[in-house]
Amino acid sequence: MNPLPEHPDVLWRNPEPKRSYDVVIVGAGGHGLATAHYLAKNHGITNVAVLERGWLAGGNMARNTTIIRSNYLWDESAAIYEHALRLWEGLEDDLGYPILFSQRGVLNLAHSLQDVRDSVRRVEANRLNGVDAEWLTPDEVKKVCPIVNTSQEIRYPVLGATYQPRAGIAKHDYVAWGFARRADEAGIDLIQDCEVTGFITDGDRVTGVRTTRGDIATGKVALCAAGHTSVLADQLGLRLPLQSHPLQALVSELLEPVHPTVVMSNAIHVYVSQAHKGELVMGAGIDSYNGYGQRGAFHIIERQMAAAVELFPVFARAHLLRTWGGIVDTTPDASPIVGLTPYANLYLNCGWGTGGFKATPGVGWCMAHTIAHDEPHPYNAPFTLERFVTGALVDEHGAAAVAH
Amino acid sequence: MQLIECPWCGRREETEFHYGGQAHVAYPADPAALTDEEWAHYLFFRDNPKGLFAERWSHSAGCRRWFNAVRDTATYRFHAVYRPDEPRPVSS
Repeated sequence: MNPLPEHPDVLWRNPEPKRSYDVVIVGAGGHGLATAHYLAKNHGITNVAVLERGWLAGGNMARNTTIIRSNYLWDESAAIYEHALRLWEGLEDDLGYPILFSQRGVLNLAHSLQDVRDSVRRVEANRLNGVDAEWLTPDEVKKVCPIVNTSQEIRYPVLGATYQPRAGIAKHDYVAWGFARRADEAGIDLIQDCEVTGFITDGDRVTGVRTTRGDIATGKVALCAAGHTSVLADQLGLRLPLQSHPLQALVSELLEPVHPTVVMSNAIHVYVSQAHKGELVMGAGIDSYNGYGQRGAFHIIERQMAAAVELFPVFARAHLLRTWGGIVDTTPDASPIVGLTPYANLYLNCGWGTGGFKATPGVGWCMAHTIAHDEPHPYNAPFTLERFVTGALVDEHGAAAVAH
Repeated sequence: MQLIECPWCGRREETEFHYGGQAHVAYPADPAALTDEEWAHYLFFRDNPKGLFAERWSHSAGCRRWFNAVRDTATYRFHAVYRPDEPRPVSS
């Protein structure tokens, strides 16, 4: 395991907002910060503010289970997530900052004949897209992760798994801080405690944002507010096909290293990895109802723990340390919306559902391109808002190796 | 665990219920006349407010009937439950 890094005293400035910027990014989570970084690095655009109503990277970026993988079924999804994974592989060097990226692999378990068929299909689809993928038998699963219960006598026996060796985890906070530090070094203003309360428009253009720290004029606006995107878009009268739900995660106390990889199970829905420090990090599906409360229902945790203990009997005596919730914005086809809007200079990045963290560098790259060129990058071109009218959906429900 | 009041059965545990999303979404009066955009909005676009939201729930492990509720999506508190043929209660 890597030692934890030493931090500099100050990672970024804490500037007063200027009265105008070329680009305003709403939301200083992973996606907003990555967008800022690539605006500066790839396009030389640095007169940029990233506005955050709370504190930097304190929303979903601080509340996810840090899993990174690109084993999606559809070509469009595989392309953008694989682009992200390749960027993850070079991100420490790019940011000059440790992110504890650990390519320990991910297993997606199959528990029924249909699971097996879907999984094998996804392995073949991944390979056609240049994504590393293997189908493992239960014995092979046991070799990769000895603590998985591969007994065929349990209620939902493990019939095999897909395996993506290049998948893994990263230290989410360091990822955010690394992007923030680089963006700050490039001269981009990261402004915390600055909530966007409205927009100033002129015809089909947004000319400024109203904030709790005054009005800010801007040439372009990018919304990167994850679960709260609907709340922002409502202020523009822009209706989006989004529903926001609580998604809960939890960690155990610190344990010795017992879990060498990432294990996900869609059918009984739990996913587990072990953080560098030693906590078992677990997640499951979203709570069914709409919510913005950053907490969820207890029975979801109960079911998730029951699934985890059946799959990993060794966890039975681990203590739960804490639980929390993030707010994820889901779309009807379980794929994100990244690109242009009816407003000429308003760009949208939302709808990542439960899977936004793994996309962080990839979506930042694509958003920066979209903002700089006023047109989507080829990787985000399929993820339009219009697809809900044209019918060109990227339907990852049940296909993406986890339910959204 | 949250208790939810079914209009027919009374207060029961949340696990007995199934969520059905936004309430009062009417089927188009003249479906053949809808444009693609109007169909898209009927099928895929729903309100997503932070605050009071009129939504559908089914008492799926009880009487199996659908009902409507006004719930606050920020606090998760139910402000009203009412039958499908009743109008949305006025709440503040």
